Amino acid sequence: MAVSHDLRTFKNAAWLGWQMEANWTDPFVFATYSIVKPLAGSLILVFMYLVIMSGETRTAFFSYMFIGNAFYMFIAEVLFGVTWVIHDDREHYMTLKQVYISPINFYTYILGRAAIKIAITTIGVLVTLAFGVLALGVELDLGSVDWLVFFPAFFLGLLTILIMGLALGGVTFLTAQHGVGINEGIAGIFYVLSGVIFPITVLPDWAQKISLVLPVTYWMEGIRRGLSPDMMTSLSGATGLQSFSNVQLLLALLVSTVVFAIVSVAVFRYADKVARRKGKIDWTTAY
Amino acid sequence: MSDSWFVTNLRAIRGRAYPRVIGSKREPSWLFFDITLPILTVSAYAYIYKYMDSPPEFVGYVILGGAMTAFWLNILWAMASQLYWEKEIGNLQLYLIAPISRMSILAGMAVGGLFMTSIRAAATMVIGVAIFGIALSFAEPVMLILVFVVTMVSLYGMGMMFASLYLLLGREAYHLSNLLTEPIYLVSGLYFPVKALGFWVAAGASIVPMTLGLDALRQLFYPMAGSNDAFLSVNTELGILVALCVIFLFLSKYSLAYMEKLGKTTGRLTLRWQ
Repeated sequence: MAVSHDLRTFKNAAWLGWQMEANWTDPFVFATYSIVKPLAGSLILVFMYLVIMSGETRTAFFSYMFIGNAFYMFIAEVLFGVTWVIHDDREHYMTLKQVYISPINFYTYILGRAAIKIAITTIGVLVTLAFGVLALGVELDLGSVDWLVFFPAFFLGLLTILIMGLALGGVTFLTAQHGVGINEGIAGIFYVLSGVIFPITVLPDWAQKISLVLPVTYWMEGIRRGLSPDMMTSLSGATGLQSFSNVQLLLALLVSTVVFAIVSVAVFRYADKVARRKGKIDWTTAY
Repeated sequence: MSDSWFVTNLRAIRGRAYPRVIGSKREPSWLFFDITLPILTVSAYAYIYKYMDSPPEFVGYVILGGAMTAFWLNILWAMASQLYWEKEIGNLQLYLIAPISRMSILAGMAVGGLFMTSIRAAATMVIGVAIFGIALSFAEPVMLILVFVVTMVSLYGMGMMFASLYLLLGREAYHLSNLLTEPIYLVSGLYFPVKALGFWVAAGASIVPMTLGLDALRQLFYPMAGSNDAFLSVNTELGILVALCVIFLFLSKYSLAYMEKLGKTTGRLTLRWQ
């Protein structure tokens, strides 16, 4: 009974999310919008690479960079998306209080709204990867994908991002004017420190130490090892995690996911409690 | 005695610029985010150039481009979208009944935005230069200032024109601004020399003043390497930018008058939540 109730909440929240994301325009414009933006972001890196490497894209490093950048879209979109659901419902549509008092599980509602963001981002990532493979020679052969590494790594990482988004959403209860900045700042830190587009070995020693406690670092490595094991083997130079076996890598990702999940849920609960006590659940700050 | 038309409009410019200038002091945390966020992207791109053993000037190109993103984001979110937001919160009608030129409102937005953003962009530049230890040439300071000023006038002229055009939009405004971020970073060559995109793409991208302005600034900051990576000569780019200033300022006045007339005719000037 409770499960079917949650499923209904999830389905309706996802439907609502889809309407809010897509009904401002016709499907063709929306599809173009969803594809052009991520492709342009990837092409910036492609041209940076081409300018220096004189046009040769069939290298392990190019694939490393391209795949990492494609999957980073999940961090940028989902992390921001989850926080924005809370911010948007409270500040712009002023419906958060109704969501709170309705007989549904709040976490299920957030998950449903986030599911649409994940679905749209997944399409963007797939289109970007397809473009990379077909037009730029990115090393990604479906026949050689190590699914046993890829799937656990992918889903664990995604879960971490979702939970962190929830924590940041809690922070926006208390500091609506800083929500966007904090969110983009954290996404930016991951971009620099987690080996998204370059191996962390190029960073200063102190920064590498921070990289090793971030779950996204292990997520990126796991995804690449799963999707393109040959590329990771042939990548000249160390990635910073070369001493980890696949099992150790997944374990490290699992541990950091659990730690971040505990911290994130605690942050959200604390923020939620303070927001209720101070009457901030239905506050609007015009941000 | 009543003030002259000129003085009244100068006051309007000052009045509209004031909240943007003073806003920086009211919300100091934004200053922190506005400076550190571009630094993070700049750092990522700088490290990737370092990883590829690229010539050192490329790190400088990235820092210059990163500083320039502040201006483009300001154009999109604080110029182009502004009149739409003013309509949403009910200020637009007050602007229109005030006895001032509409252009004063746009100019005030531009002046305030330019001031606020220049501080952030300068801080990004200084921190970026300090972190990555890059050397810049100041052999032609007058030309540097001239190129920067002309680039900004034309860029904000474009923003003033967008502000009017965005009045046609409803919820699309947010999405359009989002869409004009990464694609413009790409075609304007913010993180690599725009020449790499080929002549025709670079020529098309030159409609965004940032493209030519950045290319010219790179040539002035890096006289040797910048010339090799240049799309056009500095003088040619400066000439085109001056032309863009005139065109955008004219178009912004024309489009604002047109949108106001259209809005009044269709009764949408005060319509919210479209």
